[in-house]
Amino acid sequence: MATFQLDINNTKLKVEVTEGTSLLWVLREHLGLTGTKYSCGIGQCGSCMVHIDNGPMRACLLQVENFAEGQKIKTIEGLSKNGDHPVQKAWIEAQAPQCGYCQSGQIMQAVALLDANPNPTTEEIKTHMNGILCRCGTYLRIIKAVELAAASQSKIEN
Amino acid sequence: MIAIPFQSRRKFLKNIGYISVGFSLLGACIGAEDPTIASRITYDGKLPGSIGRAKTVNAWIEILEDGNIRVLSGKVELGQGIRTAIQQVAAEELDMDLDKIQVHLAETGLTPNEGYTGASASIQNSAMSVRYAAAKARQELLLLASKKLNTPINDLLLFNGIVKSKLGNKSLTFAEILEGEQIDREVSIPVPIKNKAEHRYVGKSVPRTDIGEMVRGQAGYIQNLRFPGMVHARVVRPPGYESKLLTLDENGLMAEVPGVIKTVVKGSFVGVITEREHQAIKAEQYLKNHSEWTTSVPFPEKENLFTHIKEIANNPETVRNEGNVEAAIKGVETIKAKYTKPYIKHASLGPACGLAMFDGEVLHIWSHSQGIYPLREALATMLYMEAEKIHITAVPGAGCFGHSTADDAATDAALLALEYPNTHIRVQWSRHDEHSWDPYGPAMIVELEASLDENNKINSWKAEVWTDSHSTRPNKDAGTVLAARYLETPFTMKSRGYLGGGHRNADPYYKIPNMKLNAHYYEGPFRVSSLRSLGSFTNIFAVESLMDSLAEKAGQNPLDFRLRHLEDGRAIAVIHKVKELTASQNIAVDQGVGYAFMRYKNTDAYIAMAAKVAVDKVTGNIELIKMWAAVDVGEVINMDGITNQIEGGMIQAASWTLKEQVTFNTNEITGTDYLKYPILRFSEIPLVEVAIINRPNEAAYGVGEVSMPPTAAAIANAIYKACGKRVFDLPITPEKISDS
Ligand code: FES
Ligand code: FES
Repeated sequence: MATFQLDINNTKLKVEVTEGTSLLWVLREHLGLTGTKYSCGIGQCGSCMVHIDNGPMRACLLQVENFAEGQKIKTIEGLSKNGDHPVQKAWIEAQAPQCGYCQSGQIMQAVALLDANPNPTTEEIKTHMNGILCRCGTYLRIIKAVELAAASQSKIEN
Repeated sequence: MIAIPFQSRRKFLKNIGYISVGFSLLGACIGAEDPTIASRITYDGKLPGSIGRAKTVNAWIEILEDGNIRVLSGKVELGQGIRTAIQQVAAEELDMDLDKIQVHLAETGLTPNEGYTGASASIQNSAMSVRYAAAKARQELLLLASKKLNTPINDLLLFNGIVKSKLGNKSLTFAEILEGEQIDREVSIPVPIKNKAEHRYVGKSVPRTDIGEMVRGQAGYIQNLRFPGMVHARVVRPPGYESKLLTLDENGLMAEVPGVIKTVVKGSFVGVITEREHQAIKAEQYLKNHSEWTTSVPFPEKENLFTHIKEIANNPETVRNEGNVEAAIKGVETIKAKYTKPYIKHASLGPACGLAMFDGEVLHIWSHSQGIYPLREALATMLYMEAEKIHITAVPGAGCFGHSTADDAATDAALLALEYPNTHIRVQWSRHDEHSWDPYGPAMIVELEASLDENNKINSWKAEVWTDSHSTRPNKDAGTVLAARYLETPFTMKSRGYLGGGHRNADPYYKIPNMKLNAHYYEGPFRVSSLRSLGSFTNIFAVESLMDSLAEKAGQNPLDFRLRHLEDGRAIAVIHKVKELTASQNIAVDQGVGYAFMRYKNTDAYIAMAAKVAVDKVTGNIELIKMWAAVDVGEVINMDGITNQIEGGMIQAASWTLKEQVTFNTNEITGTDYLKYPILRFSEIPLVEVAIINRPNEAAYGVGEVSMPPTAAAIANAIYKACGKRVFDLPITPEKISDS
């Protein structure tokens, strides 16, 4: 067991876990941040997507000790205080989810896209989102939600 | 059978554990004008099956102390939006704001026993039961209020939890009317229901109320359920279905893996309980590496699967026989074809999870099972316990599209909880186990033979279907839950025959004078159960592929050819609609548009579908460009909810059609993750357009399965149009159509 200090959603949190534990278990089990989902555990589905220093990464593949040196970790819970991030709002407007299980990963991936590219084309959205699986088949609504979010963000900026 | 409630249901229930969000629209404006109350019509038709099992109003509708309503449904939310649909019908009949209606989904002892959430029956049964129960509640409340207020019913208004006189001088809340009681009247006909033309929620696109918490990462899935002091466990699954445990050496386990609490061995069932989840994963791996098992019965060679199926099949059973097919076929030219479909996985994004706690008397279980009462029966048999001592609460899970592994994870947790009482035990399945032990949708063979008469109309139709069971859902046969098969005294599952719709839709809905359907049941090498739309997916792939071949032989347009064999106006309407949707398509030389039609089960929803593809003849590469669906599910409850289900179903079925098959060699199942068992992703999805024909005065049919079956045929027909290759064996992969 070792103690690590993690910077998660702008809060410093201490956890005591064995080295080598994946960040996904630390988030879900030790910290109760269950918005990030386990689905494959081997980097194939994107359900566990989080942001590390604003870049999207799969938490199931990350070992906790490599992310305890001040890297800024953001999970779905840290996206906004009241669930009113433009992407979250667009998701509701598009009524994107079915079961919702994959959607935290989808949203985190989409936020990262819009941060880097505020006005993506449909093709760019598909390419960027390609690694995030949805068994319910909500892909089209997700694309619509990303487009709605892009439109609303550009409105705010103008 | 009505379950005996754990708590007295006669008295008012405190509003617990539910935070209603938002403000009520009507209730907030006290002193404002009274709403206009919609007119009622008398309903004296059939009541849904679920009412027969839970007859009284309070089995479905409870009045809470704070004036809100709690609806009890025996169904489980799995992304199909049933919670919102139920809120809509209850709010409609009781003239309440949506947010004053809570929905309590399945819990043994509390909600009605509605069997399984599946077969698209949630709307037909649960939502419709709630409609009539709510209508009956309204009638009772008005009757009681009329006596109490000494005012004729006609001079009363009922809305948002109160009854008041039209003059406005007297009013009572529901709670005051009932004085602490619930309504225990039977739901019976005739009952006044709201005139559908005046509906304000039903038939509209009411936004789902659970999406806010999903996008905040706060939705309550079974995988997120935590209890104080909870511990974790995993089960070491055998290397094969029939493997038995020979030796297990756990001597070094504690030294190697920290946090191990207990290893549980019962015959060939091996579980390990640890403090933390990642410890459980490590411990499972350790035990796997330190155990020896017998080898299982070998699987057939994959290339020989369909030959094998025919070899092991029982003698056929004639399911339908009209006219005289043999005589009609004699001496005339027929078109014959054989269609095949491999085993397909549920591949839910959320691997199964189950929690259990044995308090010394009652075994409490939390599960995303689709049928908590039937699961309870299976567990009662397996554990030799009284069913009443098993208390199961349904918790939402990820979409699983049929009977998958939820019940198995709950069973694992139950077995372990009995060995380690008074502590909550959580069993999380791995992706590998999920993909390996899932009861797959069975492989099928469909052989069709049909002939045309001198007017180019279909004169005879013969279908032979080879199918395994499409339902091995839990019931009192404990062999239906996985772990039971590995105990000291194992339970083996009894054969299910045709149960579960293997030959469903193999007899087309078209008017054909001579028709025969034979079904050959086989018990195949893999664990199987129901997968969204059951046998219909393969049968409609076959039927609608052959319809295109017959249309071609008759020299007719495929849609016109279908229309010439239909008499039902609703069937004709969906075909016209899909024709209209695709009318303006430009089709390039390498492209094709294909069509398919189905009436689900020949008795339920209608759908006509189209697919547009582009095919690269050299590489065989298929681009699925767009799909269209015209759908009639009768009365629409939630327009957007239905659209979402249809769209998602088309994408999932396209995934089955173009990509999916269980791969295996003689020793093992090989496709045990998303790389080796790929599903459709963003870069591969088609555009989708859905048109819904709402028929408010017709029965509401389930929608969850409807878009699956025609998808494969529409795609296969489009590919044929695009490149002249017809594929008879799913999935339709580039090798099967490439020229080289
Ligand atoms: S759980 Fe991390 S990618 Fe699937
Ligand atoms: S919404 Fe169910 S897996 Fe994506």
